[in-house]
Amino acid sequence: MAQDLYRLKETSSQTAGPYVHIGLTPNFAEIGGVFPEDLGKVLVNDKTKGERITVTGRVLDGTGAPLRDCLVEIWQADAAGYYNSPSDTRGDADPNLTGFGRCASSLETGVFSFETIKPGSVPFINGAPMAPHITFWIVARGINMGLHTRMYFSDEEKANAKDPILSRIEHRSRVQTLIGTRKGDKVEFDIRLQGDGETIFFDI
Amino acid sequence: MSAKRLSNTAPETGAFFQRDLSIHPPAYAPGYKTSVLRSPRYAKLSLNNTLSEITGPVFGHDMLGELDNDMIHNFAGKGESAIGQRIIVHGHVLDERGKGVPGALVEVWQANAGGRYRHKNEGYLAPLDPNFGGCGRCISDENGYYVFRTIKPGAYPWPNNPNDWRPEHIHFSIFGSGFAQRLITQMYFEGDPLIPLCPILNTISDKAAIDRLIAPMDMENTIPMDARAYKFDIVLRGRRSTMFENRMEGN
Repeated sequence: MAQDLYRLKETSSQTAGPYVHIGLTPNFAEIGGVFPEDLGKVLVNDKTKGERITVTGRVLDGTGAPLRDCLVEIWQADAAGYYNSPSDTRGDADPNLTGFGRCASSLETGVFSFETIKPGSVPFINGAPMAPHITFWIVARGINMGLHTRMYFSDEEKANAKDPILSRIEHRSRVQTLIGTRKGDKVEFDIRLQGDGETIFFDI
Repeated sequence: MSAKRLSNTAPETGAFFQRDLSIHPPAYAPGYKTSVLRSPRYAKLSLNNTLSEITGPVFGHDMLGELDNDMIHNFAGKGESAIGQRIIVHGHVLDERGKGVPGALVEVWQANAGGRYRHKNEGYLAPLDPNFGGCGRCISDENGYYVFRTIKPGAYPWPNNPNDWRPEHIHFSIFGSGFAQRLITQMYFEGDPLIPLCPILNTISDKAAIDRLIAPMDMENTIPMDARAYKFDIVLRGRRSTMFENRMEGN
């Protein structure tokens, strides 16, 4: 017999359910006075460095209908490509960018929206640059485990072409599902859970 | 120089252990009808952790209010308290290595004692409790320990099969030190006869994994004449030691 590894099993995921807003965006759910502000509502302030953008989109189900009860979280680097996290030991990130955003999709239209800045390039494991991207995490009723994906930028064609993750996607027609469409200071990014144009999700 | 550079604790920088998907529910679980149209059909793309997955936001204890983890009082009027069986829910946030996860933000939400949520889309005929909001949060201490005070939520019916009822449960959302650890789950209560009937719990095929979502009553930590305790430990993904100089105890 060899020694025991003493590993624990990860706690299993369960759906966030239809009332996720109560816990994660209580002010949005009209439960006022418990927390001063919903977490992740504001990523930037007046001093944040970088190019201001608004990222909007919808999460669509297998029929193409928008989810009006989902919650989207984002995590991103600052304009110089540093994460505001102790696990990024390369240097100090912009203290005026939290890097973390959380938004409940509209109960009427299903649209989510983030006011943020365009992130810089972050190195891949081998040191090669990854194209600028924002990590997305989507939970909702009917989603049994949070879905991870990334949004890249349509105005970064050259960087996207060299990106170590985008460039290894076998089915090239699917790459487009990871690219947000830049229009001025707006970036549009719809996420399709199923059906034509299903978004690429990651096992990370 | 920032505080993180002056700390004696080395930051966690390793990549995460591969997730054991056999203990998680699949995306497509037709017994839970809503999953049918909300489940991706293509295989996911495997991605070795990069800085984008290894890093994650940090939340400071200074963001917390005094009553954030006291759901009996955090929505109640002055001198009032929520109706229901008073309980303490506590435990540790650990990772797969068995290490406590310090600084983990734990957010919870639940129905009131009658099984009613305070939400626009909720129409169950049980009444709202004017003194119960249903949300709470706390941040684990240096050992990973967390604690809430709340009332025991009620079971409630939901539209799936014609006569489905959710067991009593509390929703948990947890952040570890890296965004790849992000987890949402639900805690159930020992002895609830609805547990084996629940289509959402039964999206998990591993019986032992279901058992790990059930909190036992914790008589030793029960406060006499006040509140029963339930213990619920949460395990997040572990990290590899990728660099010799960063190898830490317990790895």
